[in-house]
Amino acid sequence: MSRFEPRRFLLGLAAPVLALLVAVLVTSLILVITGDPVADVWSQMLKAPKPGQATDMINNAVVLYFSAIAVAIGFRMNLFNIGVDGQYRVAAFAAAAVGGQALLPGPLNIVLILLVAMATGALWAGIAAWLKVTRGVSEVISTIMLNSIATGVVAWLLAKVAAEQSAGSNDIGTKRLPDSSHLDGFVLLAGTQKKVYGLIVLAVVVGFLYWFVINRTRFGYDLRATGRSESAAVASGVNVKRMVLSSMLLSGAVAGMVGLPLLLGENYNYGTDFQAGLGFSGIAIALIGRNNAIGIALGALLWSYLDKQAVTLPIATDVDDSIVKIIQGVMVLAVVIAYEVVRRLGKRIEQQQVTRELAAQDRQPVAEGASA
Amino acid sequence: MRRALTMTVVATTLTLGLAACGSDSDTGSGGSGTGTGKGGGALKVGMAYDVGGRGDQSFNDSAAKGLDKAKSELGVSAKESEANTGEAESAREQRLQSLVDSGYTTIVAIGFAYAKSVGKVAKANPDVKFAIIDDASDDSKGDNVEQITFAEQEGSYLVGAAAALKTKTNHIGFVGGVQTPLIKKFEAGYLAGAKKVKPSIKIDSTYLTQLPDVSGFADPAKGKTAADGQFQAGADIVYHAAGGSGAGVFNAAKAAGANHWAIGVDSDQALTADPSVRSLILTSMVKNVNVGVYDFIKSVKDGSFKAGKREFALKDGGVGVATTGGHIDDIKTKLDPLREQIISGSIKVPTTP
Repeated sequence: MSRFEPRRFLLGLAAPVLALLVAVLVTSLILVITGDPVADVWSQMLKAPKPGQATDMINNAVVLYFSAIAVAIGFRMNLFNIGVDGQYRVAAFAAAAVGGQALLPGPLNIVLILLVAMATGALWAGIAAWLKVTRGVSEVISTIMLNSIATGVVAWLLAKVAAEQSAGSNDIGTKRLPDSSHLDGFVLLAGTQKKVYGLIVLAVVVGFLYWFVINRTRFGYDLRATGRSESAAVASGVNVKRMVLSSMLLSGAVAGMVGLPLLLGENYNYGTDFQAGLGFSGIAIALIGRNNAIGIALGALLWSYLDKQAVTLPIATDVDDSIVKIIQGVMVLAVVIAYEVVRRLGKRIEQQQVTRELAAQDRQPVAEGASA
Repeated sequence: MRRALTMTVVATTLTLGLAACGSDSDTGSGGSGTGTGKGGGALKVGMAYDVGGRGDQSFNDSAAKGLDKAKSELGVSAKESEANTGEAESAREQRLQSLVDSGYTTIVAIGFAYAKSVGKVAKANPDVKFAIIDDASDDSKGDNVEQITFAEQEGSYLVGAAAALKTKTNHIGFVGGVQTPLIKKFEAGYLAGAKKVKPSIKIDSTYLTQLPDVSGFADPAKGKTAADGQFQAGADIVYHAAGGSGAGVFNAAKAAGANHWAIGVDSDQALTADPSVRSLILTSMVKNVNVGVYDFIKSVKDGSFKAGKREFALKDGGVGVATTGGHIDDIKTKLDPLREQIISGSIKVPTTP
């Protein structure tokens, strides 16, 4: 396990590359059928982004990374937390509402915002977990329902706490965070004034903790064991209900962080223009990234790159940006199939190898015997 | 095998989820502004539509009409792009910046969602002229920005008066798409106009959704439910300011039977709505976004562009009342004096109900 196996590594790489190729192929086919300029689209999609755009791309990937990690925590345990979308919106709203009150000075307020966001996200996910543990309600159903409920609850509460808006504006939102609670980040790429979200640091920390907890702790072992086979886990003394509850709460807490880079580094309040739908992209990225901390980072960057290029595409080529959604959708479907194909392929290669080795062992004693 | 199956289920759910929420997307703006001043030849206009884009039979289409007129009469060339639901702030910025980068130096942003992005991109590209529709806040203010708004309350006042004159049950209704300050302007004018004519009139008001849920602008089922309720409670005329949900209001009027009417909004909906309901549309409160768009492009073309707020009111033809179908011809003599008084300023129409 610990030694580096080149074949394993190559097989791991084969699946996403295969999926990307399939996505490109299918998309090209659609472009040909609709009579759109295939070459123009790809040359625009592959055009190197300008430093400002690249910075936005990284920022977007940071946000998506939190979302995908939240989903991946559930996936590792065979729990499908489809509710990251609702969890992050409720959490971002609560954090913005509390943060806007400026109860604590500067950096402490940021800590408070972080804690409120994590607690709210965990609480919202906890409802689904509680329903599953006590009533056996499938988390797929309950989290989807809770997404809708989140929309309603946030809308209702936002109308209650909405701050006085500037004259002539149609947006409503929570009170703006005090300047001392902004985390504007730092300039990472030369040639642009745009800053990378300060919370990129938190993303790296969360990624590391995710890897560490899942792979290097007793809790992570139990979690993976429960995900692989619940009955085996029970037999080895794992309290499955407690695992469901704690992994769902963890997933929700990470989901709570999704909106924070936007809140602290871009919008400074929660309003009608707050970005929606990030939870669903997280599911896709967790699948593409194979629930692996590094894989998810690459997946988030790829997803973000596609999103980014999609905005410019209709302006540069007159091809609708929906084509990028087709690329993303096909990629997700292809990646699931590709992983299964590659898994079976790997298994077959392994079997053949074992057979060969066994055959070699079988032959050897005979040879020795003959020489004796 | 079971593993593969569950993964496929997840992937499918996910694809559906993505489709349902119209994708998230986001991105950002190219910070480096290459605001190339003027093209030597024709004026190049970049249009950034709100969600729905050209073809929504309502708000965006009205803007598109203004652009089409500018194309044919002023010979401008144009590039059009539209917003996605729930997209990131940086996506809107990037859209505007990409238009600028492609050489489109006269930019029209349709809808208040662009307020902040227009403000930022306008600052980064001082040589480019911007217009934003429906926002007059400090967010979008700039030395190269014209903030275009409409006096929706004035047009709504007139259709409110028309409804009060036409009702047989002394009971009318209002259906707003999303409860925003903008839609409240419609409601405020409608209430004031109706009460001016008949102080004792009963008026029901319903909003389909609350912010930040903007689905009330695009959900005919919700529109029908709300209007059904008002018709059943005894109203016989319902005015909607609910964008795409208005189709449901028209269907409700049809289902309510004879002598039940609906009032359209933004465009002359007796011409643009589904043919089966056109005969039930008493009149429409027309908001001529096209006039605002065309005037802005023309002002850039002939060098008379002026930054700042500009409201298109009844007197500029920015808003008005449609007469298609002839259903309100008989009360024209009563509406005209009201119109004159609004234009002269002797009637001040409130903007909040």
